[in-house]
Amino acid sequence: MASETNKVLTKPIFDNNPIALQILGICSALAVTSSMANALVMTLAVVVVTAFSNLFISIIRNQIPSSVRIIVQMAIIASLVIVVDQVLKAFSYQLSKELSVFVGLIITNCIVMGRAEAFAMKEKPGVSFMDGIGNGLGYGFILMSVAFVRELFGFGTVFGIEILPLIQNGGWYQANGLLVLPFSSFFLIGFLIWAIRQWKPEQVEKD
Amino acid sequence: MSSNKETPIKTIGFVLIVCLVCAALVSISAVQLKPLQVANKLLDQQTKILETAGLLDVAGDDIVATFNKYVDAKMIDLDSGEFIEGDPLLFDERRNSRDATKSEKPDNDIAGINRRSNNAVVYLVRNDEGEVNTIVLPIVGSGLWDLMYGYVGLESDLNTVRSVVYSDHKETPGLGAEVMNPKWKALWPGKKIYDDKGEPKVHLVKGGAKANDIHGVDALSGATLTSNGVTRTLQFWFGEEGYKPFIAKYRSSLGKGGVN
Repeated sequence: MASETNKVLTKPIFDNNPIALQILGICSALAVTSSMANALVMTLAVVVVTAFSNLFISIIRNQIPSSVRIIVQMAIIASLVIVVDQVLKAFSYQLSKELSVFVGLIITNCIVMGRAEAFAMKEKPGVSFMDGIGNGLGYGFILMSVAFVRELFGFGTVFGIEILPLIQNGGWYQANGLLVLPFSSFFLIGFLIWAIRQWKPEQVEKD
Repeated sequence: MSSNKETPIKTIGFVLIVCLVCAALVSISAVQLKPLQVANKLLDQQTKILETAGLLDVAGDDIVATFNKYVDAKMIDLDSGEFIEGDPLLFDERRNSRDATKSEKPDNDIAGINRRSNNAVVYLVRNDEGEVNTIVLPIVGSGLWDLMYGYVGLESDLNTVRSVVYSDHKETPGLGAEVMNPKWKALWPGKKIYDDKGEPKVHLVKGGAKANDIHGVDALSGATLTSNGVTRTLQFWFGEEGYKPFIAKYRSSLGKGGVN
């Protein structure tokens, strides 16, 4: 049992990554990865929302009438997202000012809905909760990797700490303007998917 | 999947219960966290005003006490330039500028704000002797993507800039968002808003301002539209439809008279 829970938790990080293999949740991965601090907060928010939506949906999975199950899932997910947004506004105002729009968009993040429908509707609450955390972490792993590259080469910093001194601040590093813009994440996620599939060739789709 | 849970009554009942539970969860969190959120918002605003007044180092960790000690918030009527009664804490520029009874369309809307609130809050910042040495004026105007909110700090002659601090914007990171860069903010102190004729001449200069240009500040490289927005915002707010009537009234009340 313990090893199974472990598997549910770690599998989504490399073997069944929601972004790299399932190709879900790409849009928010583009928007919030310009700095590592933003990516970290977004990761935490998605972990919390996915874990608890999986938990609650799994608890009531045998009661949900299948004709309205998607709406019920949406109601639960949306409520959780609003709560997360409120908590963020109360305890981390600066970050919420930058992230509020994207936190609201967790509702439409396919990962949350996908896990609720594909996993929590069939499995027990405990293991569903772990699956939610695992998928949140898998999403976060990609987010943090992309944000690391974008922040380091786009702004010369990591978590706001200067690593490569910029020319405009008297240093030597010319910031890469492409990486500052959201669409650069497309390239980076593409490279990441390629790297993961080189490492784990079984993920490559057969023609 | 037993068949009895698929009757319409049960389905509706189930949905109702889920809705009630979710609504309760959302309301409780919203109500419980409201005081913290309001305090955060006020703290953020006071921090920006103290930064504009150059008092952030003095304040250290105690923003609220420093703000209350040195800063005096006052409501003004923008058209007449007079101080008016009213609680600055209850004033919400963003709400007022959407309310047709509390705002008007500017004749010459160069800042792209669509409607301008009739009233505004100005912040008189006193030194330890109790004399007003800085006046902080809130500004708002369109950047590239959206409205940019900020503050301008003027010295007691109401012409020399002490600082320009943006508090809220959605400009492109690395380009327009450089309005937040301390190096750019450091270019502002000492610049003059008005020329000899009393016209607002302060502006950003593409390619860099000349060293002896008292009205010009370097534009943000790679962010022409944001830079234009900053120029127009300043020229609007220091023009006839902005703070100019207030500045004139305030100066004459000091017995100095005339512009510049």
